[in-house]
Amino acid sequence: MSDTARADASGTLPGDLMIWVLIVSELLVFGAALGGFMAVRTTDAAGFAAAQDHLDRTAGALNTIVLLTSGLFAALALRACEVGSRGRARLWLGAAAALGLVFLWVKGLEYAAKAAQGIGTETHPFFTFYYLVTGFHAAHVVAGIVILGLVSWRDNVANIENATAFWHMVDLVWVLIFPVIYLLR
Amino acid sequence: MKYQTQRIAQVYFTVALALFAIQVIGGLLAGWIYVAPNTLSELLPFNIVRMLHTNSLVVWLILGFMGAAYFLIPEEAEREIHSPMLAYIQLAILVLGTLGVVVTYVFNLFEGNWLLGKEGREFLEQPLWVKVGIVVAALIFLYNVTMTVLKGRKTAITNVLLLGLWGLALLFLFAFYNPHNLGLDKMYWWYVVHLWVEGVWELIMASILAYLMLKLTGVDREVVEKWLYVIVATALFSGILGTGHHYYWIGTPGYWQWIGSIFSSLEVIPFFGMMAFAFVMVWKGRRDHPNKAALLWSLGCATLAFFGAGVWGFLHTLHGVNYYTHGTQITAAHGHLAFFGAYVCLNLAIFTYAFPILKNRDPYNQVLNMASFWLMAGGMTFMTFVLTFAGTVQTHLQRVMGEGYMDTQDQIEVFYLMRFGAGLAVVIGALLFIYAIFVPRREVIEPGPVERERIEHDPDHVAAE
Repeated sequence: MSDTARADASGTLPGDLMIWVLIVSELLVFGAALGGFMAVRTTDAAGFAAAQDHLDRTAGALNTIVLLTSGLFAALALRACEVGSRGRARLWLGAAAALGLVFLWVKGLEYAAKAAQGIGTETHPFFTFYYLVTGFHAAHVVAGIVILGLVSWRDNVANIENATAFWHMVDLVWVLIFPVIYLLR
Repeated sequence: MKYQTQRIAQVYFTVALALFAIQVIGGLLAGWIYVAPNTLSELLPFNIVRMLHTNSLVVWLILGFMGAAYFLIPEEAEREIHSPMLAYIQLAILVLGTLGVVVTYVFNLFEGNWLLGKEGREFLEQPLWVKVGIVVAALIFLYNVTMTVLKGRKTAITNVLLLGLWGLALLFLFAFYNPHNLGLDKMYWWYVVHLWVEGVWELIMASILAYLMLKLTGVDREVVEKWLYVIVATALFSGILGTGHHYYWIGTPGYWQWIGSIFSSLEVIPFFGMMAFAFVMVWKGRRDHPNKAALLWSLGCATLAFFGAGVWGFLHTLHGVNYYTHGTQITAAHGHLAFFGAYVCLNLAIFTYAFPILKNRDPYNQVLNMASFWLMAGGMTFMTFVLTFAGTVQTHLQRVMGEGYMDTQDQIEVFYLMRFGAGLAVVIGALLFIYAIFVPRREVIEPGPVERERIEHDPDHVAAE
């Protein structure tokens, strides 16, 4: 085991202070965006429901499974690194990143389908939020994949811990986006 | 003064203070024109006065930042500035450019000339030759300070300061790009103005504030650096996309309304962080530094920046609110307290700290200096309130009731009268400050009864040195 801080009885946070500053900032941004979405939705509930029917809920559900599984793989990578098996840690990191790519691929299919129907950011306020929030989230998935790649190159416990914390934030945000934007009636 | 080349700062600070005097007197004149609109309307039209007021502000603040860099980098890097000669050449270029700008604006020479005439883009009106001069001077400056840091000790303070200064110079390059499409023009225009004051200038501010806290409170560098990194991270996180709050009504797509609203709301965080930082450092600090006036300016800077930039910024940053308040006196209220709190106070803090050291004296004229703080801060705060009320009434009459612009202006005249009074207090304060800095009289404040007793009875107490 390394001596880096773990979320244990001592109550200390895993990872660096700065990654938590980032995570809290990100949660504030996504929280505010979803709050804005809910607020605007109250002004046109029927329009929002009609627009929502254009979304592919199955793809969204699939992506939820993909991203959560990817989060598990990142956590397993950290555990492998902590017991000193570098190869296994890298394998898990690679698997996590690969699932990140699957997520982006599914997301890309969804965007392509929307574009084919002529739906853009200005079509309806619902889609302004849809593109903004999911697009911003997808950008974080891209960033997360890059970070997972970086820490499998510089593979120490502290780095993998920070990367995993970031990746879990990306999971968590998706778990909030999916019900609010795809499912909420 | 530990390093001889720190003296370069004195020349920069002096030029900056001269421009500061011009700036506030120009402001007073502009304030008077609001009261009596025909004043000098032929000789010096309002738009020129306003331009001089804002441009001289920006130039003197930047000269102050550069002076501050020349002052603190030798101490942080533990070596002399790479080339003092280059530093003076750089200043000469900037002074020449400033004079050229003033002459061109006031007499409107070379109208329409591509090289010599003013370019007419608000705040970036400088003729092309001046813009090129600014870039040359900036390159000289960056070369000079970067070489100094590279050869010496690298600290978090100098790293953040250099990041801010490089950003300042690189973003100015967008001043050369002026697309024909008015929407795009405005978009890139904000890259300079917004990404300065809500981006890289915040880095400069945080690093200079960190330096002052380090010196004035004696808190460990490690603690100061941790705060500095958090402040810088939150400033960049919120400030860059926060530019979106300028993109609501210029023809950019609607999603900017949400990007701008969300990110710019978070811009209050770094300013809160800086305020918390300054006060926590003073509480934690065991050092009783004799330069009380510098400490007052530092704390005043952090506090007024939080209110002026943070709170007054948030006041009209949400697009639903800004739809009504855009371009009213609310904007003027925010602009005045934000610039004064964040950047004027910061410069005056480092001047107050540095001048006694540069002159090899104990801190002098502190009471006078602190009186100037209260005059300026009080005047500026009052002006902010007055303009906020004026803006609220203006928003209601003009934007909600739909009255005409000039009809509305007639009805808020009383606020403009009060604003002039507030401006007068600020100008008197500014002149008092300049006097206090340049005419040293009484040195060091006598310790009061509490401090005297502590010095006598508490062996652990670190006396003011």
